[in-house]
Amino acid sequence: MIVRIATEGQYRLADEAVARVNALDNEAVAAVEAGDEARFTELFGQIVALIRAEGTPLPEDELHGSDVIVPPPDTSFEEARHDFSGDGLIPD
Amino acid sequence: MAGLTGRFSTVVKAKISKLLDRAEDPSETLEYSYQKQMELLQNVKKGLADVVTAKKRLQLQSQKLEQQVVKLDTQARQALAGGNEALARTALERKSTIQAELQGLDGQIAELEAQQQSMTENQAKLQAKIEAFRSKKEVIKAQYSAAEAQVRISEAATGVGEEMADVGLAMQRALDKTENMRARAQAVDELERAGAFEDLTQLGTGEDDIDRQLKELSGGTQVDSELEQMKAELAAGGKSAGELGSGEQGGQSA
Repeated sequence: MIVRIATEGQYRLADEAVARVNALDNEAVAAVEAGDEARFTELFGQIVALIRAEGTPLPEDELHGSDVIVPPPDTSFEEARHDFSGDGLIPD
Repeated sequence: MAGLTGRFSTVVKAKISKLLDRAEDPSETLEYSYQKQMELLQNVKKGLADVVTAKKRLQLQSQKLEQQVVKLDTQARQALAGGNEALARTALERKSTIQAELQGLDGQIAELEAQQQSMTENQAKLQAKIEAFRSKKEVIKAQYSAAEAQVRISEAATGVGEEMADVGLAMQRALDKTENMRARAQAVDELERAGAFEDLTQLGTGEDDIDRQLKELSGGTQVDSELEQMKAELAAGGKSAGELGSGEQGGQSA
């Protein structure tokens, strides 16, 4: 699967790692819903670290759309809240 | 994939398909998106210039504040030598406020430096993608049937479109941060303009104003100990300090 960390770049990631990202992502959503900023920051950091560690960066001359796009690494808790509940991080 | 990631993906992809309207003939889509790419590249260059300007401004401010620190220190010594302890205290308090501000500035300069770096990398990456897109476009046109070419060009255009959206997002975030710093830089300008010692005589209200704007370092104890140190130095015969007549500052009381 091709995964992009927004503002950073694209990685090719094995399905097994994608499943782990997905599990962490669901936990991160739960943390946001619970208003638990510390937990969210920790989980989101783990997601980004996992992709960086296990993924292979896509060469610059390869042009593919990503299957999954992860929000920017510096996403704040406020932004995540907004992203989850409303219009997302990208303004029109 | 649900969650934040899935939601974020959906939002970005909606943006990309808006960017690359598929209803067009593929070659038109290509030309259109190529033009868009060039526009974006121009924007990134402009954004980069903004970041560099903001950084230079902060660096200049930082230099000025450092000069102020030296000046205030000297002036505190002069005031003390002239027997005006209240004035010396005011100068040291101001110095400590400026030092706190200097620390904040240094952090911001470092952050802008990092942003400049990452925007430069983004720009290079986008340029590489555009080049790849350009050459692929010709290869695809030459090698495939019209229908097949359409599919492949769509995929390549999506890849570039996504890169464009992403660079746009990175730039937006960098500029938002730069904007925040601009407001702070303005506050520092005012602090700097308020001047050092010369203005202390008329700072009765001015100082309060600055205090409100800038987070004041709780430098009470630091000021006290600096005052003590200066006194000790003076007592030890350090007659190097200037000779401000205490009479000149007679009207001053802090």
